[in-house]
Amino acid sequence: MANWVPLWLHRLGSPPTFYRFAGAVYPWALGLAFVLGAIALYGGLVVAPADYQQGDAYRIIFIHVPSAWMSLFIYGVMTLAAFIALVWRIKLAETVAMASAPIGAAFTAITLATGSLWGKPMWGTWWTWDARLTSELVLLFIYLGIIGLCHAFEDRRQGARAAAFLVLVGAVNVPIVHFSVNWWNTLHQGATIRLLGPSHMAASMVWPLLTMMGATKFYYIASLFSRVRTELLAAEGGKAWVRELAVAGVAGGKA
Amino acid sequence: MTPGSTPAACAALLRRDLTLAWRRRGDIALPVLYAVIVVTLFPFALGPEPQLLQRIAGGVVFVTVLLAMLLSLDGLFRPDIDDGSMEQLMLAPQPLALLVGMKILAHWLTAALPLVVVAPVLASMLHLPPPAIVVLVVALAVATPLLSLLGAVLVALAAGAKRSGMLLALMLLPLCVPVVIFAAGAVAAAQDGLPWIAPIAWLGAGLALAVVLAPLACAAALRIAMDT
Repeated sequence: MANWVPLWLHRLGSPPTFYRFAGAVYPWALGLAFVLGAIALYGGLVVAPADYQQGDAYRIIFIHVPSAWMSLFIYGVMTLAAFIALVWRIKLAETVAMASAPIGAAFTAITLATGSLWGKPMWGTWWTWDARLTSELVLLFIYLGIIGLCHAFEDRRQGARAAAFLVLVGAVNVPIVHFSVNWWNTLHQGATIRLLGPSHMAASMVWPLLTMMGATKFYYIASLFSRVRTELLAAEGGKAWVRELAVAGVAGGKA
Repeated sequence: MTPGSTPAACAALLRRDLTLAWRRRGDIALPVLYAVIVVTLFPFALGPEPQLLQRIAGGVVFVTVLLAMLLSLDGLFRPDIDDGSMEQLMLAPQPLALLVGMKILAHWLTAALPLVVVAPVLASMLHLPPPAIVVLVVALAVATPLLSLLGAVLVALAAGAKRSGMLLALMLLPLCVPVVIFAAGAVAAAQDGLPWIAPIAWLGAGLALAVVLAPLACAAALRIAMDT
């Protein structure tokens, strides 16, 4: 078994290597995100048939469900990165965890906004205290708390480490919140309107949904890498590799 | 107890914190006054109908207690960090988690226990029936230590930050959702004549978990926040 994979991963942990790697991946990820997103939107808005019950209003699902999925997926990535950052004190993992937080918060906000737009024609209300909606809202608050804590420190690394710890505390708490909100909801009101399960969907509706999920993944990669690159430049401003980069940029501009 | 042993150190820290709190007794009354005033505002805002007040009493008292605790939590580690005794606690040979646990206990005794004591008065101001008041006090007795422990972890995280007041609310309140649901759920169940022991048992389970984990997490968070 060749050991180039762990070796490559170790190298990737160093900021200059990751900076170059992210710079190479970024345009591809962004391009794929836009191409896949366009295909998914075409498939979802034009090709897929109207729902027999909800008419055309259901089409927001092609934004809503992938965003909801990403809001949890990004929290998972953050938890992993925060754990790595606190255990092995890898600077890059801190940066990844903190750069993920605003993207995750944005996806959570999109989920809530599209959900409420969808809820108005379907349920007749913008907001209902349904278990899923409420736990998504709490997730948004947790994201905002993490971002707030990260920026409350004067020292960048210290803020990132404190916020990474909060990510782990939140990771323990999010399932408890979800469970307790379910319990609360079933205690106070009986059956609530459930979102349509994807398993009941026609194949012509499923493929745009899956394509959009791919598009959001690539968008996350592109956005994360771009954020991490700028963060690395800002954090490592005094280091030699950044200076070389800046000098090369100036020389390239002149030539 | 031999001087310098872990039990002696814990007892000394607890005595010190309680003495400090006793010397500034006026500060103990502040959260209680805050809770009384907030509860008084509700009938002004919603109207004095007993049915309405009775319906919301459990939730109002619980949220008020939560907010009053939130106000007092900010001072949990702040004086020790400002005068440098937190560094001494960290350098002490005794486990930091135990010492921090003692500080949390002292904080609960001085900041939360008076709120639990005054809660029946607040609840009867809102016409909560006596059987439900008993459940409310039981729920608060289990929930307030849980909130103290949970809050201490987040206070420790924010300890190194410049401005932490509003930030603490932003971090703590979402994580308190389960506690609020179970505690208020127990009171609501008692009001409806339903069995109320299950949510209390859940709170107790959470408290058992938090008593073990929160001081450890709090110590780790303090080490992160004080790491300069």
